[in-house]
Amino acid sequence: MKVDEIIKAQDLPIKDFDGIIIGGGGSGMRASLQLAESGLNTAVISKVFPTRSHTVSAQGGITCAIQSDDPEDDWRWHMFDTVKGSDYIGDQDAIEYMCSEGPKAVFELEHMGMPFSRTEEGRIYQRPFGGQSKDYGKGGQASRTCAAADRTGHSLLHTLYQANLKAGTNFLNEWFAIDLVLNSEDEVTGVVAFEIESGEIFYIRSKATVLATGGAGRIYASTTNALINSGDGIGMALRAGLPVQDIEMWQFHPTGIYGHGTLVTEGCRGEGGYLINKDGERFMERYAPNTKDLASRDVVSRAMAKEILEGRGCGPNEDHIMLRLDHLGPGVVHKRLPGVTELSKAFAHVDPAVEPIPVVPTCHYMMGGVPTNIQGQVTTIKNGADSVVNGLYAAGEVACVSVHGGNRLGGNSLLDLVVFGRAAGISIEKSLKQGANLKPSSNEDIEQALSRLNKLNASQGGKETDELKKEMQNNMQNNFGVFRREDLMEKGIQDLGNSREAVENIYLSDKSASFNTARIEALEMQNLFEVAEATAITANERKESRGAHARDDYTERDDDNWLKHSIYFSSTKTVSKRDVNFRPTTVQAFQPSERSY
Amino acid sequence: MSATIPLEEVKTLTLNIYRFDPGKDEKAYMQDIEIEVPVNKDLMVLDALLIAKEKDTSLSFRRSCGEGVCGSDGMNINGKNGLACVTPLSEAVKRDKLVLKPMPGLPVVRDLIVDMKQFFDQLEKVKPYLITKDEDPEQERMQSPEEREELDGLYECILCGCCSTACPSFWWNPDKFLGPAALLQSWRFIADSRDQATEERLDDLDDAFSLYRCHGIMNCVSVCPKGLNPTEAISNIRKKLINRKG
Repeated sequence: MKVDEIIKAQDLPIKDFDGIIIGGGGSGMRASLQLAESGLNTAVISKVFPTRSHTVSAQGGITCAIQSDDPEDDWRWHMFDTVKGSDYIGDQDAIEYMCSEGPKAVFELEHMGMPFSRTEEGRIYQRPFGGQSKDYGKGGQASRTCAAADRTGHSLLHTLYQANLKAGTNFLNEWFAIDLVLNSEDEVTGVVAFEIESGEIFYIRSKATVLATGGAGRIYASTTNALINSGDGIGMALRAGLPVQDIEMWQFHPTGIYGHGTLVTEGCRGEGGYLINKDGERFMERYAPNTKDLASRDVVSRAMAKEILEGRGCGPNEDHIMLRLDHLGPGVVHKRLPGVTELSKAFAHVDPAVEPIPVVPTCHYMMGGVPTNIQGQVTTIKNGADSVVNGLYAAGEVACVSVHGGNRLGGNSLLDLVVFGRAAGISIEKSLKQGANLKPSSNEDIEQALSRLNKLNASQGGKETDELKKEMQNNMQNNFGVFRREDLMEKGIQDLGNSREAVENIYLSDKSASFNTARIEALEMQNLFEVAEATAITANERKESRGAHARDDYTERDDDNWLKHSIYFSSTKTVSKRDVNFRPTTVQAFQPSERSY
Repeated sequence: MSATIPLEEVKTLTLNIYRFDPGKDEKAYMQDIEIEVPVNKDLMVLDALLIAKEKDTSLSFRRSCGEGVCGSDGMNINGKNGLACVTPLSEAVKRDKLVLKPMPGLPVVRDLIVDMKQFFDQLEKVKPYLITKDEDPEQERMQSPEEREELDGLYECILCGCCSTACPSFWWNPDKFLGPAALLQSWRFIADSRDQATEERLDDLDDAFSLYRCHGIMNCVSVCPKGLNPTEAISNIRKKLINRKG
């Protein structure tokens, strides 16, 4: 049965597994490792060879209180920083779990062979990163971010791939998942997916399905994200009638290379680099007198955008900022930041040890996602209350557990994905041991998951992917960027609404079966569109400024009305509110206070 | 008030691309695709391919990060293997010509996409993971900065396949000679102060083909987009094997 035919559910061949993981990045491979090591028949379904996943691009490090740089360091301080960084809508039970379990998860990576940089004592090297403090913000800058030079994501991802090879995980590499299969009880029983090379399509049935599909930065025209970051898991969840949470919260990283978008790590500033405007002024001293260039990312990106808007940008068009590293000397730059040196030479034509790097705030990370509890189980809202979706789990960037709230701290994404990939694995292991039973899905149920593909294969005309994608990306870039306001957002929402029909009926001119990347891009575009519309509608609804969501028309944080998660369902296009968790189990909750750096 | 935006000055570039769709082509052919590229901005080969794909959506190639770290878009660019996303047109285009072919030596799936199975099979043979016999400590294992430095130039490999598919020894014996990428990985673990399986790793390599088919041609070194040196890694393994024999 091939992907270029009109397919009936009853003809679809079936593959069976105990657990499947959709996505071969860091969270997916951490989850699969947990399952494979416990002897379960586990498969990773990845649309790219796993080490091509976007985790590979993470540079600076993984933040965790392993007490290498500072033997007195405390995970509670890391928790405080993360809560404050989230602008108080991160769930404190989840942040507590991440920060306290973190050291175990990081040491496990080292035991697997991850090539961390080292201190003179032989321990893991930790560098300063934005928003990290000692003693609950009172003890100055902390060096808490564990690093493998500036290739931490690469090292982590390859190490997890290696460990999975050792553990005997099945890899369905270069397979594309189209949609989840849900039974009549709205439990998830697997996914419809095809092998990209042959075009062979299957119903992959599993007792547990993990969404580990990463982010969706490609909804914006300018992003640090890989071309594959198309929000496939978000699209699948929304089409399955499940909600997304805090999807309006998009992080703009301060240092994307101007004109290209490629990321240079916050570690540049951690190692002593700083930003200057056209007058050569170190302007962050004005915006964040204490932490300066190591303030939280949302703060730094807004400051940069403001400098540019007020005419102090660099270059002939005064449209970017300069990142200085040359004062650190070639020793530090080339030794600690070899990857940044390579990228700067390739994409900005500068050697950062000699000249500053032109940078601009660039879309980087999706704080929102599919809501889960700390066991990685996906939750939805039924009759106003949280309700677990049987059979479905999510971890990493696609998930919103939520540890990042309104703004993620640098180094917390890698920690999030190993801690919660592992947690999802552990909870699946437990639930399968107890004999989790899902009702089988019917042919009509499976038919639902095939409808998108069948429509695409039957398409005879209409707009093609590239045109629709460009329209959407420009819309998001212009109307839902660093600063937002109602009139622009409403126009953006209207334009998206006008495109929906064309997106659902994309014209696929090349209908061939074997390695047809045009078909994949069409399916990805539909996923991106779901993320974009969810972002747009929710952003307009959140009438305050919090974390990365900064509005010109509602400039203040509004704790009375919006100390809440947003919840969005695409079926009704409605936004509701969900309580933030203020109930950590071993410490007192951190109460909202004014956020200054 | 509206400022006139100057139109970007463009020129025509002809891409000469290897085409093959197993669903309809009996054999592969070369096709010219003309695209327009800006005069004042140096694009990467991947950018050129993305522009070409807008004109012909059936054109297929792998790509992901677009910054030379994921290893997806290894291909043969004007006769030399490299990553499309970090090869600037100013370097790649020779006499106004840009010929793009799949990496040589592996079966072609479609257009610029090769079947990497042989490549990854050889990688798996070297047990590319840390093997330890002692129990894991509660915290991390200790490793000095000097010991860690031994891994520099090794751990950065992105498994793009540029080296192995540029290696004549790998072309002749892709099932028996492990190839530069796999051997670099092998040395990456032998060189790791934490690994405790050096002897069995060396045993596995001690036959006529796995390692010794390397003839020091050094194509691997000249094409590696990360500037790594598999030939040196291979010679380090050889030295270990020789020393072991005494």
